[in-house]
Amino acid sequence: MDEIFGIPAPLLFGQLLLGLINGAFYALLSLGLAVIFGMLNVINFAHGAQFMMGAFAAWMLLEYAGLNYWWALLLAPLLVGAFGVILERTMIARLYKLDHLYGLLLTFGLGLIIEGVFRNQYGSSGLPYRIPPQLSGAWDLGFMFMPVYRGWVVAVAAVMCLATWLVIEKTKIGSYLRASTENAALVQAFGINVPRLMTLTYGAGVALAAFAGVLAAPIYSVNPQMGSNLIIIVFAVVVIGGMGSILGSVITGFGLGIIEGLTKVFYPEASSTVIFVVMAIVLLARPAGLFGRA
Amino acid sequence: MSRIQRRAVLAAAAGAATFGAAPARRARAQANTIKIGVMNDQSGPYRDIGGPNGVILAQIAAQEFGNNRGFNVEVVSADHQNRPDVGANIARQWYDQGVDMILDVPTSSVGLAVNSVAREKNKVYINVGAATADLTGPQCSPNTAHWVYDTYMLAKSTGGAMVRAGGDSWFFITADYAFGHALERDTSTFVRSNGGRVMGSVRYPFPATSDFSAFLVQAQASRAKVIGFANAGADTINCIKQAAEFGITRRGTKLAALLMFIADVHALGLESAQGLVMTESFYWDLDDRTRAFSRRVQPRLNNRAMPNMVTAGNYSGTLHYLKAVADMGVAASKASGIETMNRMKRLPVEDEAFGRGTLREDGRMLIPSYLFEVKTPAESRGPWDYLKLLQTTPADEAWRPLSEGNCPLIRS
Repeated sequence: MDEIFGIPAPLLFGQLLLGLINGAFYALLSLGLAVIFGMLNVINFAHGAQFMMGAFAAWMLLEYAGLNYWWALLLAPLLVGAFGVILERTMIARLYKLDHLYGLLLTFGLGLIIEGVFRNQYGSSGLPYRIPPQLSGAWDLGFMFMPVYRGWVVAVAAVMCLATWLVIEKTKIGSYLRASTENAALVQAFGINVPRLMTLTYGAGVALAAFAGVLAAPIYSVNPQMGSNLIIIVFAVVVIGGMGSILGSVITGFGLGIIEGLTKVFYPEASSTVIFVVMAIVLLARPAGLFGRA
Repeated sequence: MSRIQRRAVLAAAAGAATFGAAPARRARAQANTIKIGVMNDQSGPYRDIGGPNGVILAQIAAQEFGNNRGFNVEVVSADHQNRPDVGANIARQWYDQGVDMILDVPTSSVGLAVNSVAREKNKVYINVGAATADLTGPQCSPNTAHWVYDTYMLAKSTGGAMVRAGGDSWFFITADYAFGHALERDTSTFVRSNGGRVMGSVRYPFPATSDFSAFLVQAQASRAKVIGFANAGADTINCIKQAAEFGITRRGTKLAALLMFIADVHALGLESAQGLVMTESFYWDLDDRTRAFSRRVQPRLNNRAMPNMVTAGNYSGTLHYLKAVADMGVAASKASGIETMNRMKRLPVEDEAFGRGTLREDGRMLIPSYLFEVKTPAESRGPWDYLKLLQTTPADEAWRPLSEGNCPLIRS
């Protein structure tokens, strides 16, 4: 059997693929963060909690309303996004004129509160959520056994990232958004409702987190801590990619997933640390991040 | 984003990681009041194992014991966040401020940290929630009792049963801290002594891991017949879920969840958990005694959870400690943790949850251990009806023999 660095090649390919799948989650989550930061200049620390809310929304839709995974994929982001809109209108919008730190502290606090409420209500060990029957099963790729659901996650995440990029770069509403980031007063003067634009952007970013949460529900234990485990890594992804850079966060998300996957083969003990090592190196060499504008 | 702003963001992100350390509730000494401090995970992955319900069951024990024996009992609680430094600080503060006994302390790394504080302060420490058998082994202490389970007992019961059923080659997926190491070590010993082989293991960072697919694929590539999960809580749940996803069990590989609680079965759902074997020293539906106990306390527990091995252990430990205090007098018991522990070892343990038990010289409580299989959805009559008994290991066989523990207290 062929070996690469002492690891059988099939095993290595398998790990690369798994890394790519995890990267899909990082990309989706950091995308939402990057959109919110890029447009609103708010560092949304509640993102992990909103990801968790997406997974819980999927569970609740099934449990209380009998709506399956496909409905959840559509409805959970809308519900959680609407919740995001309320948060933005009532609290976050008041902080736009202040230093970033205020937004960070507010969203961090909100994240803790949301997590605490869910923990009190549902406990910490989580809730069962099954893979939809259409996506269960697995393909035998020869070098590994690839669950259909994981393939679906990568495909959907890639499409979602592309769609978000297209909306922001190629559509009219995207151009309004970019313009109001540069000079809100001027855009307002042209008769565009900038505050509403901001609200929708925040809602969309939150909806992206919730969407990732629904995707994650059948794979991970649906529990209140599921977001806080991911969020620190996702922040590192955003910082490495360059704060606010959409393309940067997507590419970095997938790339770091792969790096992490390889670490899990060669030195598993360091697999949660490796991303931060990369972050430190990138910040030393390129303080604005890989794709950021200084 | 300007340079200064980014630095602030990074600083805040780093701060966030250390944030949230709630100060332990104040506890002031009173001559005629026995203070019990329940310390466990109130906000993290092990919350459902002990957590608030563990505190409630200690309170129930204190209430049932009553205040009319010449002294009052007060129960305080704190969240150690699964961090040894936080746990040791709370323990130090509590003992200095008049807490007489610390109870529960899951998460082996924290459990061991509190162990040395209790010894230094000569107070009583009843560990219920932590698994490491080192508490009554090389790190044993005259101030410490280890109440309901440990890694040796789990390894012997679950590991032994798997090997007997033909699972003679193992691969471990291990949480990289004191608990995971101890569980892997003790299970490996059983596998080898029964003629089995250990094909390999991976140690993953705890608690920062939620995707185990990479490790599961490695385990499968080793062609081991059994994949042993030396972890607990949400990690075990994720491992089992993802093993099913990757078709590992369908290809004949067996899964050994070396530490599983009924809360984990509840979280997985019977559909995914059916057929798994697990070991506990308490199950609510074991006999009339445990059913009566569980039905009595269940209405008072959060989320109407059934008591589990750890929360019931908090009840049992509190009750036995208070019996010893009543027997020797409050002043004498406050004066010396070692003397109180010696009295606890001389008195027979008996309560509704666990029946009869004895507290051994090295601090190990001896009760039977039970091997269960998780029921199929068809077999279950409703919520919490999850386990069927496969085998009982009597109290004198379930635990590591005194001679093998390397406990410095035992003169051989």
